[in-house]
Amino acid sequence: MNRKAVVRGPYVRPMQGWWRRDPFFVRYMAREATALAVLAYAIVLMVGVLRLAQGESAWNRWLDALQTPWSMALHLVLLVAFAVHAKSWFDIMPKTMPMMFAGGRRVAASTITRTGYAATIAASIALFALAWWWQS
Amino acid sequence: MKRSNAPTFWLLFGAGGMLSALLGTMLVFITGIAVPLGWPLRSNTMSYPFMLAFAQHWLGKGFLFVVIGLFAWHAVHRIYHSLHDLGIHTGTAAKLICYGGALVITLVAAVSLVSLGF
Repeated sequence: MNRKAVVRGPYVRPMQGWWRRDPFFVRYMAREATALAVLAYAIVLMVGVLRLAQGESAWNRWLDALQTPWSMALHLVLLVAFAVHAKSWFDIMPKTMPMMFAGGRRVAASTITRTGYAATIAASIALFALAWWWQS
Repeated sequence: MKRSNAPTFWLLFGAGGMLSALLGTMLVFITGIAVPLGWPLRSNTMSYPFMLAFAQHWLGKGFLFVVIGLFAWHAVHRIYHSLHDLGIHTGTAAKLICYGGALVITLVAAVSLVSLGF
């Protein structure tokens, strides 16, 4: 029998691709990844107000850039990511907000989530209506 | 005891998350798809005189500032905390890059909006 101690490092559980092992983790990472879209859109808008401040020709070049196929493709991806973000934001909201009580009973998680969905739909319709009214 | 600055960042994250969840999707649709395509909104909806008037009104100015600023702070907070999940050890440098980035975005937006006048 070999009495010599086997020298080897401690076992380190590999973390590579850990989140692909479970659909729950995949959803978690998808939710976190939407932050990249939110950041990208904040930068798009920041460049927009910067160009607006630089004058009419700078602003028009920004508008032209928005009409390129690249920009369209980017905004389609952003649109999907924002929708995923909005849905997941309200899906986890029952866990992230303080407990709410109504009539002595805890408000159900599904009520909170559905209220969030409804608020998003209402806010979206209102925002579109405002843009519609603004254009005419 | 030194007070933690975490609640401030968390508050900005939460406010930005809520605002982007409520309005973000439709905003992307309007500015990135509907207006550039000219359908279903007209392509002159964001013409220079229109947007100048929008950004010079205190309501429009405030809206643009809050949307850009809060979206940025929300995003960097989430990205900063996700670095750990990707196996990247975060330190002062990562924190500076993330929150500093949001600060730069906020400041560029603020300076631009203020220079547009009221």
